[in-house]
Amino acid sequence: MTLAQLAKGLRARDFSSVELVRGFLDRIEAHQPVLNAMISVTREPALAAAQAADQDLARDAGGPLTGLPIVHKDLFCTEGVRTTCGSRMLDNFVSPYDATVVAKLKSAGAVALGKSNMDEFAMGSSNETSFYGPVRNPWNTDLVPGGSSGGSAAAVAARLAPAATATDTGGSIRQPAALCGVTGVKPTYGRVSRYGMVAFASSLDQGGVIATTSEDAALVLREMAGFDPNDSTSVDIPVPDYVATLNEPLAGLRIGLLKEFFDKGLDRENEERVREALRVYQRLGATLREVSLPNLPLSVPAYYVVAPAECSSNLARFDGVRYGHRCKDPRDLMDLYKRSRGEGFGAEVKRRIMTGTYVLSAGYYDAYYLKAQKVRQLIAADFARAFKEVDVLMGPTTPTPAFAIGAKTEDPITMYLNDIYTIGANLAGLPGVSVPCGFVDGLPVGLQIVGPHFAEGKLLNAAHIYQRETDWHTRVPERFA
Amino acid sequence: MSANMSPAGWETVIGLEIHAQLATRSKIFSGSATTYGAAPNAQANLVDLGYPGVLPVLNGAAVRMAVKFGLAIGARIAQASVFARKNYFYPDLPKGYQISQYELPIVAGGAIDIVLEDGTSKRVGVTRAHLEEDAGKSLHEGLPGVTGIDLNRAGTPLVEIVSEPDMRSAKEAVAYMKKVHTLVRYLEICDGNMQEGSFRCDANVSVRRRGAEKFGTRAEIKNLNSFRFIEKAINYEVARQIDLLESGGKVQQETRLYDPDKGETRSMRSKEEANDYRYFPDPDLLPVVVDDALISAVRSSLPELPDQKAARFCSDYGLSEYDAGVLTASRELASYYEAVVQELPREPKLAANWVMGELAAALNKEGLEIDSGKLPAGRLARLLERIADRTISGKIAKEVFEQMWSSGADADAIIETKGLKQITDTGAIEKAIEEVMARNPGQLAEYRSGKDKLFGFFVGQVMKATGGKANPAQLNELLKTKLR
Repeated sequence: MTLAQLAKGLRARDFSSVELVRGFLDRIEAHQPVLNAMISVTREPALAAAQAADQDLARDAGGPLTGLPIVHKDLFCTEGVRTTCGSRMLDNFVSPYDATVVAKLKSAGAVALGKSNMDEFAMGSSNETSFYGPVRNPWNTDLVPGGSSGGSAAAVAARLAPAATATDTGGSIRQPAALCGVTGVKPTYGRVSRYGMVAFASSLDQGGVIATTSEDAALVLREMAGFDPNDSTSVDIPVPDYVATLNEPLAGLRIGLLKEFFDKGLDRENEERVREALRVYQRLGATLREVSLPNLPLSVPAYYVVAPAECSSNLARFDGVRYGHRCKDPRDLMDLYKRSRGEGFGAEVKRRIMTGTYVLSAGYYDAYYLKAQKVRQLIAADFARAFKEVDVLMGPTTPTPAFAIGAKTEDPITMYLNDIYTIGANLAGLPGVSVPCGFVDGLPVGLQIVGPHFAEGKLLNAAHIYQRETDWHTRVPERFA
Repeated sequence: MSANMSPAGWETVIGLEIHAQLATRSKIFSGSATTYGAAPNAQANLVDLGYPGVLPVLNGAAVRMAVKFGLAIGARIAQASVFARKNYFYPDLPKGYQISQYELPIVAGGAIDIVLEDGTSKRVGVTRAHLEEDAGKSLHEGLPGVTGIDLNRAGTPLVEIVSEPDMRSAKEAVAYMKKVHTLVRYLEICDGNMQEGSFRCDANVSVRRRGAEKFGTRAEIKNLNSFRFIEKAINYEVARQIDLLESGGKVQQETRLYDPDKGETRSMRSKEEANDYRYFPDPDLLPVVVDDALISAVRSSLPELPDQKAARFCSDYGLSEYDAGVLTASRELASYYEAVVQELPREPKLAANWVMGELAAALNKEGLEIDSGKLPAGRLARLLERIADRTISGKIAKEVFEQMWSSGADADAIIETKGLKQITDTGAIEKAIEEVMARNPGQLAEYRSGKDKLFGFFVGQVMKATGGKANPAQLNELLKTKLR
């Protein structure tokens, strides 16, 4: 059942929130040994919250999400519950406060079941960099679920939770959503508060949601989004009712096909599924036109300068002094720093810290960081130009379906190329959605829809109409049905 | 040797980086209070502690204060300035970076005029002034074997004021530092408390052969927090560099610390050991936009500035530039002086001498501030009025002042009860002179035979006879006639 259906069921007293929450908690527990989708499960607080929600529901009180279960990616700070970021560094870290997103969903009535697994500090595209071990893809447990929000995507795909929060810095919502056959929304940069989201790359990070349907994503995003005085980069414009516009007809919608996305790196069958989806849109009255963003191929190199640069600085606070991992018996300050960080961080995080430190160093700053920022502006300008001609851009979310655990861990560049279609939206701060659009050899693939700034409503609308016409999003991996 | 001369044909070149703590109620990027002296870490919230996920939010009051300073020194205010991260590891720097302004500071290109004791004046360029957050501090005292961290100060707003290398002596550097100190207090953007570290500076010092065009290699002396230390540290450093160069050595570019106990500077870290701060724009903060409306609002809030006030004191009260500078060194001192002058409009010079002289000395002795209320301006004015109307002499006035100071009594009351009223009755003074002449025939003869020096002896004797109350001018006049 979808979140929307569950909400109706709760209001109709078909079942109680306690029953609902207990059911999902039991599923999480049952499948955790296989999927490893969760880092922490908060059974008792969840049941207590469900009980309170039931009292609200009995009085017809509460918010739009009252009594509905949700899972938080483990980089959203949750008061009293540990927030690990998938890292040994924060294995012992219990946040003293709630992230704005967590607080907003709480006040909308959602019941948090626990914290989902993720690539360490959100650095990864396969969920293999987690200190807590890899998450497995519910469609084939030998495969990766994608990353970094792999736990959130796998949990939703295996119906361990109807929806999950997630974050997207270079594709970390859309890519795992595609590889797990679920719907993921990465909002416009500034639409959702970053306060309480442990930072990876501050100018790219954006919180969003993974759910089974566009409608469910709209329900959750409507509660998550909005200006936050605690986040100077959040934008002070009203949040539209994403749910109210879901059913607007798509006749006349101008769709741009990103020429650069249908390149030689794109798997043939994956491409075929995406083209089939585009034909559905044509049938609905949308028009297609090819659009070229000439600077888009530079997005991966630009991203792998900007993101590590910001990460090298953002992760400097993990020094073993105030919280997090501290090495045993430090001899002196330097020893404390070196061993605490050396032991606390995994290989991929270290690689990015080193890359970032290098590109910001005296003498290299102009050649790397500054140039990458210029490329970023060019890419943003490319997008802006395209959106003068089309309403949305469509293409594949990923070049291939899910790959095997371990297949790309030896070669970071191949791994980085997995985000080739998603990074552009982050560099330009644009919203993007991934919706399931079919299968290749039994593995789901995603259609990516990117829109102008603050066009979340239009993207969710386009995704929802497509989901009215297709049933890919209703498929559940056999083992978890 | 004039103030501008260094020994043996060397010229000193000094630039200062002043850190002034802005007098905002809360920190620059968090809501924590900035009160001095709280228990360690009592004023550090999650933002100050650099917790995971927290974000900085700029305090608008700090921006307005920086703009105020910029306008007061005739600088350009950037329409958009940018906060950057200065990255380095230190336990008192919770985030692993300090948020500061680097390439695009909020204030650029102003000037500060200084007047030296010898009356010469000079303009010192201000390259830039930028906003930044302070770090916390490490605690060692009473913590054997461990280091404590107090993050109360972390995130306190600072404006760093960077001068051009325009100063040529320690005295000029001190004069500049004092002027900036005066200015920030006039503007009420900094309490100027140097003991508490609210106002401190780093001095970049180099020497070069007189006439040389290129600057010498400089050393940076860190964290000077008293005017006395600045002067001593610079003088020590100049002598060290000259000695080094004259003995064939080379000055190393390095950071040095001044040890006030030993009165010397010593090396802290060399250029090679210097951090690569990896500055880059802080992605958590938007550019600081200062629009015309804000600028004009701040401009209209500017008080009369020290230079304007000093110029007015010169023209309205006929004071020297130096005296006007001293009297306008603080708003409180200037307004005290003006309160005295208001009651004594014909004697501004007399008022200036007393405020800068007796009063300043008395305050200084007890470590009191001018606004302590110990001697209200009106009471001092009534004393000076008695000098002006010749009721008492300047010398007697000092006595009266001392008693006013210790007893708190009024000048007139003291003059009355102690019978200090000046003798202006010509007959009485003549009588006293005649008695002295009669008692000292020998000296009288000597004087009359040409020993002019003895005039002073007679003045003294008559004063003694009249208890110091004889009007000095009248006494002089009459004595000259009588002794002839």
